Amino acid sequence: MQAAKIILFTLLAASAATAVTYLNPADAEYGDVVMNEFSDDAGMRPVVFPHWFHRIRFRCKVCHGDLGFAFKAGGNGINMLKIIDGEYCGACHDGNVAWSIENCDLCHSGMPNTPTQVHNSTSQKLVAPVAPGSVTQPDAGSED
Amino acid sequence: MTSLAKKAGFVGFIALFVAASMFAAMRYAEAQSNPNSFNRLLKPASERNAPPATDGIHDPTSDGTALLQTPLEAFDPLAKSNSGNYVNWNQALDDGGIAPWYSVSNPNAAPIVLDMNIVREVKGSMPNVVYPHKQHTEWLDCANCHPAIFIPMKGANQISMASILLGEKCGVCHGKVAFPVSECRRCHSQPKEAAARQ
Ligand code: HEC
Ligand code: HEC
Ligand code: HEC
Ligand code: HEC
Ligand code: HEC
Ligand code: HEC
Repeated sequence: MQAAKIILFTLLAASAATAVTYLNPADAEYGDVVMNEFSDDAGMRPVVFPHWFHRIRFRCKVCHGDLGFAFKAGGNGINMLKIIDGEYCGACHDGNVAWSIENCDLCHSGMPNTPTQVHNSTSQKLVAPVAPGSVTQPDAGSED
Repeated sequence: MTSLAKKAGFVGFIALFVAASMFAAMRYAEAQSNPNSFNRLLKPASERNAPPATDGIHDPTSDGTALLQTPLEAFDPLAKSNSGNYVNWNQALDDGGIAPWYSVSNPNAAPIVLDMNIVREVKGSMPNVVYPHKQHTEWLDCANCHPAIFIPMKGANQISMASILLGEKCGVCHGKVAFPVSECRRCHSQPKEAAARQ
């Protein structure tokens, strides 16, 4: 009985691992931001911020104007101290406008070791990437 | 008795899970190993708007991931488009499909909308670019663009497709959060003849 259990769990773990290995990051929803400047190092899963979900509820101006989020993934130095002081995510995730910050797993839901980035962005999806410098002068004739 | 039934259910569940993930892995392996698969680089439509647990950036083993909303559920009632989130966000705004707040706390605050088009003439065959302040100021503040991204003076900014693809100028937003660069005609919307007639 014990042996059967062990075999079952090994199988389960192995199949979960194969399934995870074959998931493709390029399937992420357009505009999802992974924030991982500090999380991995602190032993937390990275944060996934869904733009699509928030823009159904708020205009860009609320976050990128009133709350001071700069247009740069990972570029705001956001950490938990700022959040509990009511800055950035903490301006809304305070149990008043939206559920509050003790729900760690709702924000820290990312796959460990995923770097900070904006998902499915045009530059990420280009089959032939644009190299900085190679085509910044469209009139000067590019290599093709 | 109940514990036996529970065990049987558990074993059944595991068997199903193992079978399902092996099947997924095999299909993926097949697509990867066939050098002449029809689309080598293009992603199939069935993989669009994936639920968080299978989108590759959420951890499917996290309890939090299971609680998140699936994009398709939210997008179902909204106006559609051909790329990005596959939602036409401006149409959704105009037809009342969504009513996003313009303030953190006041649902009734109204945006300050500026109705002013800027036409940018394009060399070559592509139609001219019409930049509409209206659709932008419904979402954004003047200070989101002026002066950091664009000097507020017609023609004062050098813009090219290369810089947009690299994430500068219009590409700060288009290709990241606003509709992507693949939708040429939404920006290149003024035929050359119309410009000549003016
Ligand atoms: C609820 C808050 C919120 C709303 C609303 C919001 N954003 Fe963001 N935005 C963020 C956060 C958070 C980041 C990531 C910042 C970071 O990592 O420090 C971000 C990052 C960005 C970036 C930077 C991507 C890059 O190149 O690194 C762009 C562009 C952007 N948002 C555009 C928009 C647009 C356009 C809208 C409106 C349609 C919008 N945002 C609405 C919170 C918001
Ligand atoms: C509203 C979303 C949100 C919630 C809820 C949340 N966090 Fe965070 N957390 C963030 C963001 C954003 C960062 C910055 C991510 C990065 O760049 O690594 C962060 C970073 C962190 C960090 C690393 C930086 C630091 O401040 O030390 C730790 C540790 C952390 N969170 C722990 C927690 C714990 C524990 C909880 C639950 C009590 C929690 N978080 C809940 C959004 C959240
Ligand atoms: C302008 C207000 C605002 C800001 C700023 C904000 N959020 Fe939210 N967020 C909301 C609201 C409102 C909800 C919906 C809450 C509910 O369902 O009760 C939400 C929900 C979420 C969800 C759950 C989505 C789902 O599928 O249900 C996540 C994850 C999240 N926020 C992450 C973040 C992170 C990370 C940040 C900071 C980088 C952030 N939010 C900043 C207002 C905000
Ligand atoms: C999404 C970015 C964006 C936002 C938001 C925005 N603008 Fe502009 N604005 C532009 C662009 C692009 C131009 C054209 C610049 C060029 O042709 O080089 C422009 C041009 C202008 C000009 C010059 C017109 C002329 O004929 O010379 C003025 C004035 C201006 N904007 C005012 C505003 C005001 C006021 C707001 C807020 C109500 C605003 N803009 C919001 C992008 C923006
Ligand atoms: C977000 C808006 C936007 C989208 C989407 C867009 N363009 Fe452009 N395009 C521009 C702007 C702005 C310019 C610069 C016009 C000028 O010279 O002032 C431009 C310029 C061009 C030029 C002139 C040469 C150059 O590089 O400046 C070509 C050709 C062009 N675009 C082709 C395309 C094609 C093909 C697509 C679709 C794959 C496309 N554009 C999508 C905004 C856009
Ligand atoms: C600060 C972010 C930002 C910048 C910079 C920006 N846009 Fe936009 N744009 C948006 C958002 C948000 C929308 C709403 C639609 C969406 O999100 O898909 C939009 C919508 C549009 C639309 C309306 C499409 C329609 O069908 O109604 C056009 C056209 C457009 N942008 C062209 C441009 C051009 C051309 C430039 C550069 C000169 C530019 N945008 C720069 C954020 C931006």
